Amino acid sequence: MLVSQQQRIQEDIRAMVDKHGRSRSSLLPVLQEIQARWSSVPDFAMQVVADELGLHPAEVYGVVSFYSFLDHGPRGRFVVRLCRTISCELACKSRIARQLENELGIAFGQTTPDGRFSLEWANCLGLCDQGPALLVNDRVWTRVTPDQVHAIIEDCRKVFGAHAAQPAHASGA
Amino acid sequence: MTVVKQDLADADRAPVSQAPRPVTVTPDETQAIGGLVSVSIDGHDIKVPMGTTLLDAAKRVGVHIPTLCHHPDLRVAGVCRMCVVEVEGQRALQAACAYPVTGSLKVKTHTRKVRQARRHILDLMLSEHCGECYSCKRNNNCELQTLAKEYGVDFYRFGHVKESRVPKDESSYSVVRDMDKCILCRRCVRTCIDLQEVGVLEAIGRGAETRISTYLDKALADVVCINCGQCINRCPTGALHANDTSDEVWRAIDDPTKHVVIQTAPSPRAAIGECFGCEPGTPMTLQLNTALRTAGFDKVFDTNFSADLTIIEEGTELLMRLHRALVKQESVALPQFTSCSPGWVKYLEHFHPEYIPNLSSAKSPQQMFGAVIKTYYAKLHGLNPEDIVTVALMPCSAKKFECNRPEMASSGFKDVDFGLTTREMAQMIKEAGIHLPDMEKSDFDDPFGSATGSGVIFGATGGVMEAALRTVIELVCGVKVESLFEHADIVPVRGFEGVRYIELPIADVAPVVPDILKPLIPSFDFLKGVTLKVAVAHGTANAKRVMEDIRAGGKFSECHFIEFMGCPGGCLGGGGQPIPTSPEIRQARAKAIYAEDKGCAVRKSHENPAVLELYREFFAEGPCGHKSHELLHTHYTARGKHIGG
Amino acid sequence: MHVIDSRKTPFTFDSVERGAGLAAALKLSRADIIATVAASNLRGRGGAGFPTATKWNLAAAARVKNEGDHKYVVCNADEGEPGTFKDRVLLSDYAELVFEGMTIAARAIGAPRGIVYLRGEYLYLRPHLETVLRHRREAGLLGSDIGGIAGFVFDIEIRMGSGAYVCGEETALIESLEGQRGEPRNRPPFPVDTGFLGQPTVVNNVETLAAVTAIFANGPDAFRLLGSAKSAGFKLFSVSGDCTAPGVYEFPLGITVRHLLEQVGGQDAKAVQVGGASGVCLPAAQFSRRIAFEDVGTGGSIIVFGPHRDMLAVARNFMEFFVEESCGQCTPCRIGNVKILEGIERLERGECSTAYLKELRALGETMQLASKCGLGQSSPNAFLSIMDHFQDEVLGRTPSLAGGER
Repeated sequence: MLVSQQQRIQEDIRAMVDKHGRSRSSLLPVLQEIQARWSSVPDFAMQVVADELGLHPAEVYGVVSFYSFLDHGPRGRFVVRLCRTISCELACKSRIARQLENELGIAFGQTTPDGRFSLEWANCLGLCDQGPALLVNDRVWTRVTPDQVHAIIEDCRKVFGAHAAQPAHASGA
Repeated sequence: MTVVKQDLADADRAPVSQAPRPVTVTPDETQAIGGLVSVSIDGHDIKVPMGTTLLDAAKRVGVHIPTLCHHPDLRVAGVCRMCVVEVEGQRALQAACAYPVTGSLKVKTHTRKVRQARRHILDLMLSEHCGECYSCKRNNNCELQTLAKEYGVDFYRFGHVKESRVPKDESSYSVVRDMDKCILCRRCVRTCIDLQEVGVLEAIGRGAETRISTYLDKALADVVCINCGQCINRCPTGALHANDTSDEVWRAIDDPTKHVVIQTAPSPRAAIGECFGCEPGTPMTLQLNTALRTAGFDKVFDTNFSADLTIIEEGTELLMRLHRALVKQESVALPQFTSCSPGWVKYLEHFHPEYIPNLSSAKSPQQMFGAVIKTYYAKLHGLNPEDIVTVALMPCSAKKFECNRPEMASSGFKDVDFGLTTREMAQMIKEAGIHLPDMEKSDFDDPFGSATGSGVIFGATGGVMEAALRTVIELVCGVKVESLFEHADIVPVRGFEGVRYIELPIADVAPVVPDILKPLIPSFDFLKGVTLKVAVAHGTANAKRVMEDIRAGGKFSECHFIEFMGCPGGCLGGGGQPIPTSPEIRQARAKAIYAEDKGCAVRKSHENPAVLELYREFFAEGPCGHKSHELLHTHYTARGKHIGG
Repeated sequence: MHVIDSRKTPFTFDSVERGAGLAAALKLSRADIIATVAASNLRGRGGAGFPTATKWNLAAAARVKNEGDHKYVVCNADEGEPGTFKDRVLLSDYAELVFEGMTIAARAIGAPRGIVYLRGEYLYLRPHLETVLRHRREAGLLGSDIGGIAGFVFDIEIRMGSGAYVCGEETALIESLEGQRGEPRNRPPFPVDTGFLGQPTVVNNVETLAAVTAIFANGPDAFRLLGSAKSAGFKLFSVSGDCTAPGVYEFPLGITVRHLLEQVGGQDAKAVQVGGASGVCLPAAQFSRRIAFEDVGTGGSIIVFGPHRDMLAVARNFMEFFVEESCGQCTPCRIGNVKILEGIERLERGECSTAYLKELRALGETMQLASKCGLGQSSPNAFLSIMDHFQDEVLGRTPSLAGGER
């Protein structure tokens, strides 16, 4: 990673820490903001956060690895999370899962080579009366049918059409 | 002359575990907040102070409750659930280690539910515990094994993994992690984060995927581990152990062309008896000499000899720094920090690299000894240094890293070839068919067998400072230590408080400078009226407090000399010492060390005849001279805390 | 957004005039506020059913640790129990009532700060909640001298979860707020004494807080007279699974399972899971049981299983959930759930002896007794109750019959 790029990330994170407060109880809000900005909490960011909050990097990693919505490895610009818990399972979530894999060409737990999509399982999304349900980032889709999966993915792809630039990743070279 | 002993203002923030404290509380304790409450444990009635844990209350009435994640040095976790008991009126079982008594309670510790739960918990741990007891470092000293026996485990109720799932991490010279054997009690995490505040080990992941690991699961050698090995001392199983080099040492012993020299440090001698069933604090120094010769070492020397050498070199360095600062008005890095604890040294290199100039450049006693053996001793006995193998018996896992530092070979030969821990040496002695306590007593070999009490006390926190003060008081102030402190015991620097601070006003100085120092410092007059300020800190958590204070310009920044030890209690609590450890065990070892000091004919480093001889014969320019710099001093590496790769 | 309105019955909350509950409460002394809650017999709506007034009383009596410290009111909006979604509805459509409830709690215990811990899965609700909070600040309902009471200071911030079911456990939630892994603490001490940042903290479920507002608006008697003696009041039920009209329903506590099923179109059910993954599975023979703290307690999750469902597949789904959502801290829960899941896999393959199944059930009992927190203590419930009632269905399978929908 270029030094200037590192500096910029460092400054951004410092600003986040200033906003949320320099105490350990700010850790999750800061990590959530980093995740939202760079789609994951990469190595360099974890160490900067540890420095800024006076923690050990291993502690930050311990926290990131605990929460399903925080990732340390690269994640796609869009994270598709399909609910696999009981009510969605009763509502045949497995057909949606299969079709998502078909549309994206990846399995659950993977990210497309272009870095645009990650496919993940989620535990109960709280949409049990309208399953199968899925989240695309913080957007909700309910009563999804296999037929709709293509449209849901296309809806995301439009974003890339409009802005051809690569998604901003903090984890560079 | 007065000595002021003060505690760090916020010393209460330091881990309480590092201060000695009684395991049990007395029934008539009146200071208990909220007074006393009555508990009935298996029908035994007892009154305990509010807040006493059920585990402690049970201990007091002689009821044994099994534990795994509990450790007297660490904060309560309550995660293994081995210690569950039935509390009347509660549906669920309660963890005795974590349950504070706040009202009167009736407790049963071995009901059907309790027995079933404990057995199940063991069965669950064993189902994931990969490895055979025979091929384990902790065979016969494993808390999981002991409990399995206690609870009659004779088959694996929920299966047993046979294939390794996690490769061993053997990257570190000091600590090996075998996570196949980990039961996730998190003692190592609490040791690393809370007790030592190094923060290398943490629980990673969630649910069934939870594991103890490092930052991004990197190898131990690639993170900021300081090699202190405190995690090893507290691991209940064989998941953590020292990187054992005893096979290489045997190979050297077996090789007739090799002259194998061992030095023994005071702390292992005060503790190794524990590996042979002796009470903690049983000294084994002279029996060990015989045992080591019997095992095949060619010479057995006393590390205390080079500890005295360290005092002369490090003390001279301090006087020179003070001279430059006070007389020449130069900008000098003060306070000077001791450098004999390799755990502390690496801690500083990682976390406070900008203070490296403050570290004494003097090598540790272990390394000085090796350097002298491979040069002076080789010459004296007409030996080729290539044929000499130097082994060090140390209480320390970090010494293994230290002897492998590339800069520790300035003579052209590795100063120390192998560092062995107390545990590894006990193993070797057993392998040689020796029961240590039965050995005849014998003396060290000459010429490096003559040591002083000052060298001995290096093993306890405050020891280096006491040794240095004994010499400084006599050389600089020109008065007998005994005239100030009975029996030359400088009691104020002793003890287990995390941080100790002492002021020593120098009212008068000696009229003449000893010959050995004359070329460097013409007169001690510049110290007249100066108040010498020194401090002692042990355990890196306490070191951290002192460093933060120095950074903030607090009173420790005005110190002249600070003794830092990486491990709680100093070397006697080192990561290579027998397992288990506890405040009581460390206290008993300290007692043995101070007893050995008291028994020494010579108590002060500057009076060690062999050391004086060495300066006459070999380091003729005196301490901190050219040759001494080449062989007895070293340099450090600013590592920083960023974890790369 | 594609969220469908889940409401299937009118709610008592519909009739609660916005602001009426808080106004009524602020006329009372602190002690009388708690007395009113006590008079309503309100018990926590998250599932455990702890009496709300008792909790508030303890927190009101507890002291802050140092001068300058203060107490906290936390709204537990980490609704993660499988099959539960009523808090989503409350936060979407009745947020004012929840915030009023928090303000009343704050007044009662003397807390100047409130925190809503909103699960990460509900991030899309945050803008709406922030808007409601802003309006309340503008209206003087949050901030200083609320309701004209000099010195009554209270404000609410929203903190997000990040995908961890266990954070619904109140001490794990507090750990998470403190920037830690969401690992439950040893209790005692309880949060009412030593909670967020070591200070006395009341943690209440979303629905509990909304119910408080309703109690002050309509009077405690109206609430207490609904439901059963030990389980007062109305309750929201999240109904999903094999029924014709899944959604959120309001019923008085004490309703029988059968009556409930009739209302939601699930009469032909083979079994019902009451209380989500951590609850129990009731077979048709037990549909006359009442949903109440003294019989079958619940946070409101009702999952209906139709006649064709494979109950072993249901058990597997629940256990997979717990294997992943256990915090991994204590032995019984971390490894016990895995062993039960492996046992289910053996049952699926038809390779489980009755003796081993018995051993697994004993293990389940150990988990209920010896786990550190409520998650581990309840994680074997579904498995155990399914084995209680459907053992005949799960034993002796041949591979061709194995597994449900995978």
